[in-house]
Order: sequence, then structure tokens, then C-alpha cells
Amino acid sequence: MNTLLRGIGVLTAVGTVTLLAFSLPSGEAHGDGDVMPRLTHKNWQQECASCHLAYSPALLPRASWQRLMGGLDDHFGDNASLDPATQADILRFLEANAADSGASQIGSRVMRRMGAKDAPLRITETRWFVGKHDEVPRTAWSRKSVGSAANCAACHSKADKGVFDDDSVRVPK
Amino acid sequence: MIKPLALTMLALMSASVAAADTPATLMAHFAQQAGSPVSALSAARGETLYRSEHPGRAGTSVSCASCHTANPKQPGRTRVGKRIEPLAPAANPQRFSDAAQVEKWFRRNCQDVLKRECSAQEKGDFIAWLSQLK
Repeated sequence: MNTLLRGIGVLTAVGTVTLLAFSLPSGEAHGDGDVMPRLTHKNWQQECASCHLAYSPALLPRASWQRLMGGLDDHFGDNASLDPATQADILRFLEANAADSGASQIGSRVMRRMGAKDAPLRITETRWFVGKHDEVPRTAWSRKSVGSAANCAACHSKADKGVFDDDSVRVPK
Repeated sequence: MIKPLALTMLALMSASVAAADTPATLMAHFAQQAGSPVSALSAARGETLYRSEHPGRAGTSVSCASCHTANPKQPGRTRVGKRIEPLAPAANPQRFSDAAQVEKWFRRNCQDVLKRECSAQEKGDFIAWLSQLK
């Protein structure tokens, strides 16, 4: 367990450095009612949320979701493989609601800061995410209570309801 | 109006019946796949499989207990901090009640921990150990 946590610590440190490298000056309007589109989809909610929050499809473009769903055998180091029918069903849903699908405002904001050919695999690598989190001290990401930037709910107390506004943020000590 | 509803309910009921596997039926299934009687499954080997450490990433070691904790009656945590409901049926009756779920998680987690698929006998042993925990 300890060795695993240490591994996560190392990964988080690397992730934080990556985040900082992409940090942009604060320009993004904060606190503008960040709420993820209200979506329901059985397989997305059941399968993706087995291991982590069911991240909103609006946070990455279609090309990202295609890459990601095509590589579930090695999903950031874990095997997250699905049967082909479920995998295809989830991908269709992700594509229909992706950042560049025009289905949501938040998706448009993500795309505004995305290169035309960019297809990042990590939401935390998008300029939108980095800009949104530029006030978070670097030490906060590696706290044991947070674990990693993948753990939205560590700070966003209403993350499971898709609510990410500043008022519901509590960064744990 | 009533007829379609009744048909839907019937369909739902038969679907849930079809998915109602138990630790015992799964052990029988894996023993048969392994070509041995259920009595040849070993809870002791299952516990060893659960606890044995294997080389993980970045010089760390990994075992089932890394995420499911040393006590499978306790909840565990995924690598990104999400709660995992307990593995032992004594603490979580949902476990080992759906063969498709069981196969999915063995496929994923055996690859992650052992870097290979688990054999039918290993799967049977694993359930044999977990299902006899009180």
C-alpha cells in the first residue's frame, strides 16, 4: 500500500510539473457558474465511474475520446478493457457530447483554448483545465487527501452532481 | 395499457433471474473449466493469490490488497481515490452475483497485478477464499 501511494506521489509530482509547464497567466473568467451538462447514459455512468468520476464528455474533443476509448487495455497504466459493444456504445455517447460537438457551452470554452489538431488524453492537460486551476498551490495536488488531479471530488464537493462552481470548492488540508 | 407493462415487468424479472449467479455457481463454473471437481478448489491458494506481491510500476510492488486492502471485508480505494465496495460477499452481497462482471474484473485486474490472465483454477480458488470469510 505504501509503495503504491509513493508511486502515486511520483506520478502526481510529474503531473504537477506538466501542469505548471502549461500554466498560462490568469485570464479565464472564474466563477461563471461552471456546471457540466446534465447527461445520463447508463454505460458511461456505470463503467467509467467504477474507478473514477464519470468525467464530462464536454471536457475533451472527439479525437481525444476516440484515442482514449481505443486504448482501454492500457488506460494510464491500468487495464480498463470493455466488451466491444459497451465500448462502442460509450464512445458514441462521448462523441455526441464532446467539447467540439457544439452540445455545450463548457465544451466551447474548452475548444477556445485547444489547438485544431490537439487530442490530449488527459483533461488535466487541456489549457482550459490548467487556466481554471492556476490559483491552486502546487503542494495541494500531492496532498494525501487529494491523491491526484484526477480526483475532482477531493476539492469539488458537488463534483458527483456535475457542479464545479467556485462556491462548492473546499481544498482539503 | 396493462398488457405491455406486465410484459415489461416479466422481461425485467427474467433478466434479473438470468444474471443471478452466486459464489457457488461461479466456483462450479470455474472448477468445470479447470477440469477438476469443486472440492479441488482451495481457499488457502485463493488467499495466497490475493496477498502475493508482484512487481508494479516504477519499482513498486502490487497485489490485490493494494487497492482492496489487507482485509477484503473493508472498502478499498482505486488509484484515483474512489471508494471500492468490499470484495467479500459477507460484507457486500452484490459480489459474485453476475458472471459478466466477475469475468470483466478478473480480466482487467489479473493483467494489472500478474501481467497475465488468471487461470480458471485461480479464479475458483479466489472466490473460494473470499466466499468463506465470515
